[in-house]
Order: sequence, then structure tokens, then C-alpha cells
Amino acid sequence: MNFSGLIQDFGPLTITGLAQGAIIALFALGYTLVYGVLRLINFAHSEVFLLGSYACLIVWGLFGLDQNSATPNVAAVLGYLLLGLLAAIVISGLTALGVELVAYRPLRRRNAPPLAFLITAIGASLFISETVGVVTKRNITGVPPLIRPTDVVVIGNMHVTNLQILIIVLALVAMFVLDRFINRSRLGRGIRAVAQNPDSAALMGVNKSRVIALVFLIGGLMAGIAAVMYDLKIGVTRFDAGFLLGIEAFTAAVLGGIGNLRGALLGGLLLGVLQNYAAGLFGTQWLHAASFVLLVLILLVRPTGLLGESLGRARA
Amino acid sequence: MTTTESPATGAVPEAEKKNWRTSGGVRGWFGRQHWAVRTALSIVFAVLAFLLPYVGDVPVIGPQIVTQGIDWPSALFNISYYVLLALGLNVVVGFAGLLDLGYVGFFAVGAYTVAMLTSPDSVLHTEWAWLASIPIALAITMVSGLILGWPTLRLRGDYLAIVTLGFAEIIRIFATSSETLRGDRGFSDIPHPPGSYADGKPIFGVADATPYYWLGLSVIILVIFGVRNLDRSRVGRSWLAIREDEEAAEIMGVRTIKYKLWAFAIGAFIGGLGGVMFAGQQGFMNSQTFILQFSILVLAGVVMGGSGNIFGAILGGALISYIPDRLRGIEDPIFHTDLFGFRFAIFGLVIIAIMIFRPQGIIPSRRRAMELKDREKEVAPQ
Repeated sequence: MNFSGLIQDFGPLTITGLAQGAIIALFALGYTLVYGVLRLINFAHSEVFLLGSYACLIVWGLFGLDQNSATPNVAAVLGYLLLGLLAAIVISGLTALGVELVAYRPLRRRNAPPLAFLITAIGASLFISETVGVVTKRNITGVPPLIRPTDVVVIGNMHVTNLQILIIVLALVAMFVLDRFINRSRLGRGIRAVAQNPDSAALMGVNKSRVIALVFLIGGLMAGIAAVMYDLKIGVTRFDAGFLLGIEAFTAAVLGGIGNLRGALLGGLLLGVLQNYAAGLFGTQWLHAASFVLLVLILLVRPTGLLGESLGRARA
Repeated sequence: MTTTESPATGAVPEAEKKNWRTSGGVRGWFGRQHWAVRTALSIVFAVLAFLLPYVGDVPVIGPQIVTQGIDWPSALFNISYYVLLALGLNVVVGFAGLLDLGYVGFFAVGAYTVAMLTSPDSVLHTEWAWLASIPIALAITMVSGLILGWPTLRLRGDYLAIVTLGFAEIIRIFATSSETLRGDRGFSDIPHPPGSYADGKPIFGVADATPYYWLGLSVIILVIFGVRNLDRSRVGRSWLAIREDEEAAEIMGVRTIKYKLWAFAIGAFIGGLGGVMFAGQQGFMNSQTFILQFSILVLAGVVMGGSGNIFGAILGGALISYIPDRLRGIEDPIFHTDLFGFRFAIFGLVIIAIMIFRPQGIIPSRRRAMELKDREKEVAPQ
């Protein structure tokens, strides 16, 4: 236990945690959305993220960028970022739709018990991550250094880099747009209706199957954004990157109240920060264990999470 | 059970005679035999299982069965501990309906306890014999089952799955990071089981895995007896009630907390048994031994074989070990890697296919198959 270290590094740990938490929050949206509508945990969501993190690398690779290339000029970086985001979003979205089609739809038609969905999702997750593992020979893949972290704001020993600002701002914008979409648009109303009561919604003319596919798609898009930011922040990706971060994202969703969009944001940021404090306190090797312990504690004390679970009452 | 018709009443109703399926197939036929015939058949089957190490000597089909990339007795021993794990997980998932994704955690606890108590590398410096460490290892695994079970009792199925996953992951992180558990360096010189031939050579040596397989098979047979009797007892009926409807079971006076804890403890016990045997045969283990995909693989085995049915679980456990071992040493034409590397990916697909096309598994539990049919009828027209 290293209390003086924690207090000394409080600022740096907080800002690192916020950037990490922003990624986790976007990732957690996929769990929360699917849970809100279907009351099921989409175990394969981690692989939606994984394929996104490789998709942008492949696109950058087409332009001859790898981990050893020099940082291009600002205009080129913006272009590459947009292309990478686009590729990751498209691939993640398609993967999410594919997972719904293969692992969820056939079971839904047969009214299978909830655990059956979990098992097929596990199967899909295992298949995707292990195929990536075999193709990449289980090696880590480096990310081209598109953005060199440089200090923008310095307060005491807290250095805020341009990359951290980019990540946090991008995450907040994405969350804001999604929140507006769910609460204001016609499709968003459909999603909330199905989340509240699927049968009534179907009677009122909402196409349930389409809403479910839409929810998977939105979760995939958000995971795609998260994947690009993860690549830039960590600098490497691996076939099990999605799995490890996925557990954290799920913890964040439960922490904020699964099924609750704003809860995912709160839970993500909070988890990122708490994790880093734990790492400062006990040592970095315990960073991941901290999130599991936290998950168990939340479920024991307040299983509905901080903001309560509900997508149907998303306005609250 | 439905098949235990008394042989004294003899005659099978006419309607059932006409169709092999309606009369319960192989299991129905087996159940109608005299108890002596049933015992004799079981013994014949067990003897055949004990003779499996020599199947390679059978002309024509023998060489097709044995593995190439790994010697056949070792492959058989691998099968035996996978079957043990599948039997244990079947108690938790199949009987009690609690989805446990961290089952490998118990396997690790069992193996690590043995390593700690016996290996000269351990900080305890006890260096016990393998046999002496077993009771303590099993007791600790059972307690770890209770420790996992207790906080998760109130959780719904899917939450439970994630928490158990976290449990296994914590154990792995602990094994990697903690100085006492030695991380990657691991424990070496874990002693083998005791016993020697008349000429002084040890029975459980390094070269030949056949005695280990026989040991494993004997343990499996004992476990089958234990689990089967549990399933048919008050405990088993309580598990069934909890699986089908926990609230209803509670209202009818089933002490759900007690029996859920029992399921966890017994599942953990059997998993720990697997770990103990594994440690005794390998002689070495480190934190890389217990990857998480392993838990999911065993789950795939149970689901594939038919969860809730002991023989389904055995078949599933044997397949998840045998198929990858058989693929070992065979190169795939596209990536030119050992096909063994694809094992988890292949089983990922198998799990999906089974859940979609035959959710009750290869050898289903009748009751579970009927539960699934019932649900299908309830489906609302879309």
C-alpha cells in the first residue's frame, strides 16, 4: 500500500483515468443498450471492439503506415484519423449486426432460455477472438504514431496531453449525440418503447426485430470509435484486447446502472479513475483485478448501479 | 426417473413396442433389463474403457483413433481430467442451472494447493507426498467454491456468469503477479502418485502415462457413482426445482441458498480433483496453465454433450480433449499452422451450431429437452 504515492500522483492518475474511462464508457454503451432492450448480456460485444481496433490498423496499413513510420503533418493526421474512424465504425457495426443475426435471432425465434443466448454469444466471441489470434499468431500489433502526446495544459505535476483531450472530447460528443438520438428521434422513441414493454411496443406498430438490430448497430458504432481511441492511446492491440477491456466496460455499465445510457458514461469515467487510483495504491499489475473486485462489491451492495437500470425511462 | 421400470412387471405396453424412439431408445432398453444384466453391461463397458490405451493394436480402425502429435496414453490422460471437469461443471450448470464461467479457477486452486504443499520451490517448504496433500487441496477447493458461491447467490444468471468469470481472472492475475505463487516461473518437481512395481520401478513414472489414465478413469467412475446418486436424491430434486423456477422452489420450501451452495461446493470439489491429478502427472505448472478459454472450452463440452445428463457431459468432455489432440501435428492448408491452434475457434462455432440446431445436446437430458420444447410453444407470434 503506497498512500503517499497515491496522494503525490493524484492529478496524473486522475487525468489518465478519465481518458481511459472515456474509452470504457463508449465501449460500455454497447452492453447497456443491448441489455436495456433485450435484458441480455452481449458477451460478443468485446469482439465487436476487437475487429474495430484491427480495421483502422488495416486501413492505415494500406497507406503504408506502421508503428515505425514518422508522424505525418496535421492535415494528413486528420485525414487518416477520419478514415480510421470510418473503417472501425463500419467494421464494428457490421460485426455487431452479424452477431445479432447469427447468435441472437435464431434463438429469439424459438424463445430460448436466457442462458442459451449467453452461450451462443460466448461461442461467437471465442470464434472471432481466436480466429484473430491464429491469423496474427497471437502477437501484438503496433499502431502508427499518428499523434505524439504533447503537453497542452500543465497544472503542478498533472500533464494533460493533446491525445487525452481528444479522447475525452470525442467520447463526450459521441455520448451527447447518442443521448439526443435516443431521446429525441423517432427511432430512439422506438428503442425506448421496446425497452419498456416489447409486446405493447409491437402492438403499437414498432418493428421489434428492426429495433433490436438497430440497438446492436449503435453499440457497434460506439465500440468502433472506442477502438480507434484505444489504439491511439495504448499504441498496440492484440487478439485478447477486446476481452480484457470488455470485462471492464461491462463493470462500468453495471456500476452506472446497466440499461442506463448516462449511467454508462458515469460508470466508465468513475471506473477509469478508480482503477488508476488502485494501481497507484497497490501497483499496476493489480489494475485489472481492481475492476473485478469493484464489480463484485457493486453487485453485493447496489446491484442496480448508481443511476438505476432503465433505458425505457432514459429521460431520467 | 422415467426409465426405471420394474423388471417384475415385465411386459412392455404394445404402443411403446412399435417404435424404438417412443420406447426410450438405448436408454429405455437399458433401463428395462434385469439389474444383473445392467451391472454386467456396465462392467464390460468399464473394462473396455480401461483397455483403451491398447486400442492402437486393433487392426484397421486402431491407427485411425490414436493421436499422432501426442502419445496416445497422454492424450487419454488429458481426456480423463477434461471428463472430470465436465462432470463437475455439469453439476453446477446442468443440474443446478447456475452458469459458471470461471470453472477453471477451481482446477487452478486444486493444482496450486498441491504444488504449494509438495514442491521444493514453495515458500512453505513442507514437501509433502502427493497423496498427503490431496485432502487439504480438496478442502480448500470446496471452501473456494463456497467463497465464490456466497456473494453471488443473489445474482441473476447472467450476472453470475460475469462474476464467476471475474473470479477465474482474479485467480489468474493473482497467480501471475504474486510472489508466493511464482508467476511464470511456476512450481517444478511436484511429486508423482506413490506406488512401485515389484522390481522397485515406480508405477507413476514420467515416460508412460497409462497408469495415470487408469487412475483418472477410476476416479471418474467413483465420481459418476457419487454424482448419479446425488442427482437422484433430495439434493438433486432441489437442484432441478431451482433450475426450473427458483422462486417457485423457494415458495415450496426448497432451501435454495443451501442447495446452490452445495452445487458450487460439489462442482468445485470435482474440479479440484481434476487439478490435483493434473499436478501429479505434469510435475510442473505455472500461471500460464490456467487460461480462461479453458473454462469456456469445458462449458462448450458440457453444452455440446447435453447439459444435465451425466453421460452427455462425459462425451462432451472427452470430445473437447480428443478432437484437438487428434488435430495436433496436422498442418492446415491456409495458414500453415498446427490445426491444434484453431481448437478454441472451432469450438466457438460448435457451441453456436449446437445451441441453434440441437440446444439439448448430443445425449440430452430428457427433462431439459422437454423444458426447451415447452418454451418453444410459448413463443408469441411475431
